Amino acid sequence: MTKGSKALRKIVSDFYMVLILIFLYAPILTMMVLSFNKSKSRTQWGGFTLQWYTQMFDSRSIMSALTTTLVIAFVSALIATIIGTAAAISINSMRAVPKTVVMGITNIPMLNADIVTGISLMLAFIAFGISLGFKTVLISHITFNIPYVILSVMPKLKMTDRYTYEAALDLGAPPIYAFFKVVFPDIMPGVLSGFLLAFTMSLDDFIITHFTKGAGINTLSTLIYSEVRRGIRPSMYALSSIIFLTVLILLIFVNFRSIKKPEHA
Amino acid sequence: MNSEKKGAAIGKALLSGPYLLWMAGFTLIPLAMIVWYGLTDKGGSLTMSNIIAIASPDHAKALWLSLGLSLISTVLCLLLAYPLAMILRGRGAAAGGFIVFIFILPMWMNFLLRTLAWQTLLEKNGVINGILGWLHLPAQSLINTPAAIVLGMVYNFLPFMVLPIYNVLSKIDDNIINAAMDLGANSFQRFIRIWFPLSIPGIISGITMVFVPSLTTFVISDLLGGSKILLIGNVIEQEFTRGSNWHLGSGLSLVLMVFILISMAMIAKYDKNGEGTAF
Amino acid sequence: MKKKMTMTLAAVSLAALSAALMTGCGKSASGGKEDNKLNVYNWGEYIDEDVISQFEDETGIQVVYDVFETNEEMYPVIEAGAVKYDVVCPSDYMIQRMAQNNLLSEINFDNVPNYKEIGQEYLDISKGFDPENKYSVPYCWGTMGILYNTKRLEELGVPAPTKWSDLWDERLSGEILMQNSVRDAFTVALKMEGYSLNSTNPDELAKARDLLIEQKPLVQAYVIDQVRDKMIGGEAAVGVIYSGEMLYIQEAVADQGLDYDLEYVIPEEGTNYWIDSWVIPANAEHKENAEKWIDFLCRPDIAKKNFEYITYATPNKGAYDLLDDDLKNNKALFPDINSLPNCEIIKYLGDDVDMIYNDMWKEIKSE
Repeated sequence: MTKGSKALRKIVSDFYMVLILIFLYAPILTMMVLSFNKSKSRTQWGGFTLQWYTQMFDSRSIMSALTTTLVIAFVSALIATIIGTAAAISINSMRAVPKTVVMGITNIPMLNADIVTGISLMLAFIAFGISLGFKTVLISHITFNIPYVILSVMPKLKMTDRYTYEAALDLGAPPIYAFFKVVFPDIMPGVLSGFLLAFTMSLDDFIITHFTKGAGINTLSTLIYSEVRRGIRPSMYALSSIIFLTVLILLIFVNFRSIKKPEHA
Repeated sequence: MNSEKKGAAIGKALLSGPYLLWMAGFTLIPLAMIVWYGLTDKGGSLTMSNIIAIASPDHAKALWLSLGLSLISTVLCLLLAYPLAMILRGRGAAAGGFIVFIFILPMWMNFLLRTLAWQTLLEKNGVINGILGWLHLPAQSLINTPAAIVLGMVYNFLPFMVLPIYNVLSKIDDNIINAAMDLGANSFQRFIRIWFPLSIPGIISGITMVFVPSLTTFVISDLLGGSKILLIGNVIEQEFTRGSNWHLGSGLSLVLMVFILISMAMIAKYDKNGEGTAF
Repeated sequence: MKKKMTMTLAAVSLAALSAALMTGCGKSASGGKEDNKLNVYNWGEYIDEDVISQFEDETGIQVVYDVFETNEEMYPVIEAGAVKYDVVCPSDYMIQRMAQNNLLSEINFDNVPNYKEIGQEYLDISKGFDPENKYSVPYCWGTMGILYNTKRLEELGVPAPTKWSDLWDERLSGEILMQNSVRDAFTVALKMEGYSLNSTNPDELAKARDLLIEQKPLVQAYVIDQVRDKMIGGEAAVGVIYSGEMLYIQEAVADQGLDYDLEYVIPEEGTNYWIDSWVIPANAEHKENAEKWIDFLCRPDIAKKNFEYITYATPNKGAYDLLDDDLKNNKALFPDINSLPNCEIIKYLGDDVDMIYNDMWKEIKSE
């Protein structure tokens, strides 16, 4: 390949990436700009203001929804990660038939329509007399988070050399010690990405939460959902922008450090 | 030694205990409830009418429409994602990983707000038309049409197509490609013989992760389609929240589950080893 | 790398958790008696949040406030009883349905002395769905009509609409916003043909359905409350809207310095007027707190404060008297209720008829 055509290829591929990036970020930028818009209109610019940000902190409904959202996302992701990692390890050593069955069941929450999952959980809770509230939301979130964890950990498990583990056992290490010293470090990236993914999924969900929450419980998503038809308060744009920027900064921070020292990956 | 290994084996089996119990309680039982509601009517007697309802003109039309739009969206996602994944792969692991994060990042802004933002962009007096007008170009009128719905679907589900394909492509060893080049294969042959076959698990995974959610969405058609286009997701949502006819809603959901089962079967066939996962 | 990722992740999670706990702590500090609570279920954006805080301060009752978007969404929640609300604010016909299905309990008006502030004409109208005024206390009311953009109509060469049938004008293709609600859409079509909007006659309903199907290609979108923002944004020339949005719209037009006017008209063929009232579900656990809440909201100064936020017409005479003259004379907001032509209140027609309406609505939507 000549240098010229290689350079051309790079320009074209860069251009393509930028196009897709613009496509992906256009709405996000729009929202962020609107969060500073003095006018409540979504299409007219009325001047710069920070009032929506201050209003956001004053609003009791937004703040309580924020708390609920973060707590549920964190706790459900954590529990899902623990249960899911344990399950993944176990499923990995299953024989073919039970493995397929269990993996099939694992796929169900991910592939099922949100609304069906939400309604089915609500029906089940009502049928068994479990009153809807914080705990039912938590249970629902854990339920749809576990499959993501399992599917994150499994590939890493497959890549781990099982013989290393058995070698450790042969050398006299107790199983749990061997696990934590040999297997766990290797699957760590999978566990972490599973946790992160579960956290993200929990953050964004609204339908399942909508059907399984009780009185007075709101996550940011359900709050937004209840406002979509009426007209969303600009404070919601402000809040979403803050969340987004926080994550962006964190991820840039993490990745910057890893790019600087690639050998330590 | 043997008994220790056995102990380890039993321990491993027990590890999935909590998970299996959880799934039984919170996935299988709720599913059974949907099946129950779907197969009974308001009086409580068994009936197939909720399932047969899919054949009624309105419902069938909604289903075909949904299938059509999701199919288009899935194909578009695939066409957009594949080149992107190849480009990302070519950037190398570290930079590629970072760029992948950049592409997933939009998912962190709330799904509803992202879709609503598209409404702001696409409206007659919205941002895009504002920019087009400033450039003296004709305005677009995508909002409230099926095209806008497709755009919304592609936008929201593109990352789910990019990730599995990227994952699978990045596992392809450069040496294989180089060997093929050395043996005289041109780009087209390399694609057909090497890239494509090796990436099938990722493609299948991506297709599933895009097709199924787009089939059942109702928010996108409400916000971007002006509620003029009735998709099967809208029908089900209306039956559950406004029509108060949970039986019909469940029945229709059961029909949709057929598609889910087909997806699961495809994954089981083409991606046995779970290589095409998104993560 | 792994260590760094772990540490960063741990840091993020800890930060998130502590932020959550800190914002959560403030809430629990105000917790008084465990059971002195009130579970409220209301429309979205239908109260000034300060009013809630004021109520809590004055009575010491802790308020849990939930919102719903449509009556149809609220009803199954109350019916299923999985969540026990103490006070709910449904619309007229839904109150009728709830009362008929024994979901409401009678209000003890001894605990609601400010009930006297509600105008008698609204109580009379309420008899349409609450025959003995036993179950409900009016909160907001209004009419449904056509909102139009004067400049856009001029550009299209179409005169200002005065009738529902003007919404079928082909010159307005792509410029019409209709309500995404089965009863409201049918109100338009039925009234146009001179039928009652509570019709149960299959022929009349079929005619209405056909009219709506005929109109569909001309409709830009079926929306609920987004009509307001879209009209302000100049997206459409005409829209079906609730009168309560007028004040907000007039203020927005002035604020944004727009060069067009948005006017409201009640069509000649007549329309529906609606009342949203507070009711107490039969399974409420804090009935007296609920009555205190209703009483509080009927206080003229509180009603006025709410009115200023919600901008929907208030049936509270005391509050009305406190308003400025130009608000009192705002005919879009406070039409003379007895002089409204051919207006009816929406009634509950029974589950079977509801199903007919719903099926027809599906037909229209799937065209």
